Amino acid sequence: MERPRPPVSPVGASVPRVDGVAKVTGRALYLDDLDAASAWHGATVRSQVAHGVLEAIELDPAFDWSAVVVVTAADIWGKNAIVLIEDDQPALVPIGGRVMHRDEALALVAAPTRALAFAAARAVRPRIAPLPAVFDVDEALTGAERLYGATNVFKQFLIRKGHATDAELDAAFAGAAQVIEGTYTTSPQEQMYIEPQAMMADWRDGRCHIVGSMQCPFYVHKAMKALLACGPDGVVITQAVTGGGFGGKEEYPSMIAAHAALLSHKAARAVKIVYDRDEDIAATTKRHPSRTRHRLAVAASGELLAIDIDVVMDGGAYLTLSPVVLSRGVLHAAGPYRCPIVRVRGRVVATNHPPHGAFRGFGAPQTTFAYERQMQKLARRRGEDPLALRKRLALRPGDTTATGQLLQFSVGTDEVIAAIEATAGAPPVRDGVNAQGAPVRRGRGVCFYFHGAGFTGSGEQHLAGRAAVAVASGGFEVRSSSSDMGQGSITIFTQLAAAALGVDPAHVTVIDPSTSRVPDSGPTVASRTAMVVGGLVERAARAVRKKLEAWAAEQNLTGSLVEIARAHAAATQAELVETATYEPPPGIHWDDATYTGSAYPVYGWAACLVDVEVDLDSYEVAITRCVQAVDVGKALNPAIVRGQIEGGTLQALGWAVLENVVYKEGKVANANMTNCIVPTFADAPELETILVEVPYPFGPSGAKGVGEIPMDGPAAAVANAVEDALGCAFDALPISPEAVAQARPRWEVS
Amino acid sequence: MKVTLEVNGAPRTVECSPWKRLLDVLREDLRLTGTKEGCGEGECGACTVVLDGEAVNSCLVAIGQCDTRRVTTVEGLARGEALHAVQRALVACGGAQCGICTPGIAVCAANVVERGLIGDTDDATARARVRELLAGNICRCTGYQLIVDAVIAAAREIEGGAARQAEQRIDPV
Repeated sequence: MERPRPPVSPVGASVPRVDGVAKVTGRALYLDDLDAASAWHGATVRSQVAHGVLEAIELDPAFDWSAVVVVTAADIWGKNAIVLIEDDQPALVPIGGRVMHRDEALALVAAPTRALAFAAARAVRPRIAPLPAVFDVDEALTGAERLYGATNVFKQFLIRKGHATDAELDAAFAGAAQVIEGTYTTSPQEQMYIEPQAMMADWRDGRCHIVGSMQCPFYVHKAMKALLACGPDGVVITQAVTGGGFGGKEEYPSMIAAHAALLSHKAARAVKIVYDRDEDIAATTKRHPSRTRHRLAVAASGELLAIDIDVVMDGGAYLTLSPVVLSRGVLHAAGPYRCPIVRVRGRVVATNHPPHGAFRGFGAPQTTFAYERQMQKLARRRGEDPLALRKRLALRPGDTTATGQLLQFSVGTDEVIAAIEATAGAPPVRDGVNAQGAPVRRGRGVCFYFHGAGFTGSGEQHLAGRAAVAVASGGFEVRSSSSDMGQGSITIFTQLAAAALGVDPAHVTVIDPSTSRVPDSGPTVASRTAMVVGGLVERAARAVRKKLEAWAAEQNLTGSLVEIARAHAAATQAELVETATYEPPPGIHWDDATYTGSAYPVYGWAACLVDVEVDLDSYEVAITRCVQAVDVGKALNPAIVRGQIEGGTLQALGWAVLENVVYKEGKVANANMTNCIVPTFADAPELETILVEVPYPFGPSGAKGVGEIPMDGPAAAVANAVEDALGCAFDALPISPEAVAQARPRWEVS
Repeated sequence: MKVTLEVNGAPRTVECSPWKRLLDVLREDLRLTGTKEGCGEGECGACTVVLDGEAVNSCLVAIGQCDTRRVTTVEGLARGEALHAVQRALVACGGAQCGICTPGIAVCAANVVERGLIGDTDDATARARVRELLAGNICRCTGYQLIVDAVIAAAREIEGGAARQAEQRIDPV
């Protein structure tokens, strides 16, 4: 065999997505594309009452039920719960049980056609005795209606830095030269993945096979084991090609999987559930609306003396992931700034809204909006350049965060700020006219922010995620439960495995996540996939290479690793597979009881500049420029990393000015894409993206998380820019034309 | 109702209610599942097909309106394994992420570049024109930047190629 030349490492190169051709040709099969001629269609009967007791479920006697299967809670033989952190949310509300929100599932129907299934769902008549409903967090905290426990508080946190008692904090504020105080509110945000939620279940060989659009196959697996009262082999969960997730397919797919499994069992055939867009917007999770009170105590020198923050989030009707969302919110609330005394209090509260849940950023965008508005107000008050102020106060190696974490490495503060300084140029001229001839006021805003990559605290250690690399089908196979929902993980894994093996990426296949074929790598969340699971893939690939090279040496074989692998497969019966298990980087200590220590193994750092033009006739805010500089550690695939940053950035800009989910009496009033809008090609500005690489020593090739960070900051930068333009504060999102109009009396006269 | 139409160059006949959506006929009757449903109300553009030369939302077109007409779907863009310039550019630029909006965007963008709607303009003008012409297609993953890059690249290739061919016809070297 010829001595091979080592191929050029694909890590750091913008290799095209491995699923690119399938996607541009329409050959990629999403759940609704799977050929299932005999499958029936499922539909969900929802409460339409925000709070009450389910007294009965009646079937319209005039409807022909002969070709329809109906499932209620009485059909559930296992645990009637969507098991996640707690078991408080039922798969279907039982008779006599409490209805907690307007779109709660009460019954299910399946029929040979989707139209018949929807007609049947309309012919199911639940009878609900209403109870007073609670939609306001303050009412939930102080009122008489009990939705969760004794206090309606799902979870609360307290972070204290540099002080033991509230009196010490008060003293710091009493001694301050300046106190900056504000209350900041953010609206619920819809993920608006373009593929609605979809799932299919089928019982074969005594097992339930579930395939669908999802981020976390093992979350669904765990929930189904309880619901179906089976062991780990009794249910198989497989991710189909997934048309976007952004957190929206983190926890909710377990609900649809439960419904499809129950219907399929009773109908004794495959059942597919594909949500309509209106149902998807109304019933599935959204970003938690929030209110953050933020106080800054500042010395005459301009140094921060103390920060005091109180965060309240609306968790909705069930606990779902709210404690974790709140955790990330409070851990980011003090921002990436030096301050000796910090107090952060956080509560997430039960209401009769549909449960709020995971969405890119996961609590951090809410608190980032608050602290970056505060920094802007401080800069204005001091007459200091906003970016210079941030540069002066920003955390650097050797500083400690609000939880007392000593920052040692991969702190891109200076690099991202320098990148913005270098590209900023002159601010826009304040007064002018736009292309339509309308008068405009222009402004510029900046923000600086950070995002913890990976799970909080000791989460990764508890999870002990695994990934494997095997010699298979004439090449190498990567096996992990990380799902590619568009973020590009299968391409990144291909690159990392190929580089570690020293083979061309064409010899590496990342198999579809299926719980029967892949180890549990943990959920596809928390900006952890490339950094944590990618690291496992790299290690497993190295182990395979080492084994093969040792075997080749024994056999006196030379040649490429692919040739050696093929020879090994031919010579031995056993499959060569190496599995890597998570090992924490050194120096990570976290105390869950006191909420102190290393909240995250590493942080991403970013700075953003936004120019806006406010139309003084229509009150619309147009974003005319947006620059993001993001420290990603190492861009494993620069094109994919850019795509992640730009996509997250536009979601943040949309949240800032035009996205909003409007609740009326607990019901989403704008549950369609006509009224629940997201940015189009024409709304989006040209996005300038600067990749900064300050390597993370314990990430694969220095990479750290990038998926969520771009969502955290831009909304504050927009608000800061609008404040710069109009001379008055905007502390609530979205900054809609209505909000600009309402602020008109406060506009600064030019 | 019996409807005969041309789909991706081939005559097809379907027997169904005239009210059935073109989208459903493509996906269910003809098993062309590249055309996606994102909203069912003409907002997202995932179901975009070209009907007699115009990009339309196939969720808003009844099959009864399609008799004798020509439809191009994403499956009709490539010639065998040879991708359309727009498809190649989307792959090369990283313009497809989750991919669910991609067929609609590819169909719309192919229509735009084949009709020469970008024209021989400077980059800023060309980019603004792409944004306007594709404003009916929503993508939630990319922030649009890399898709705009891809459409411009494809337009330059196709329109440049057409211009070169025209030059060659007029003034063969």
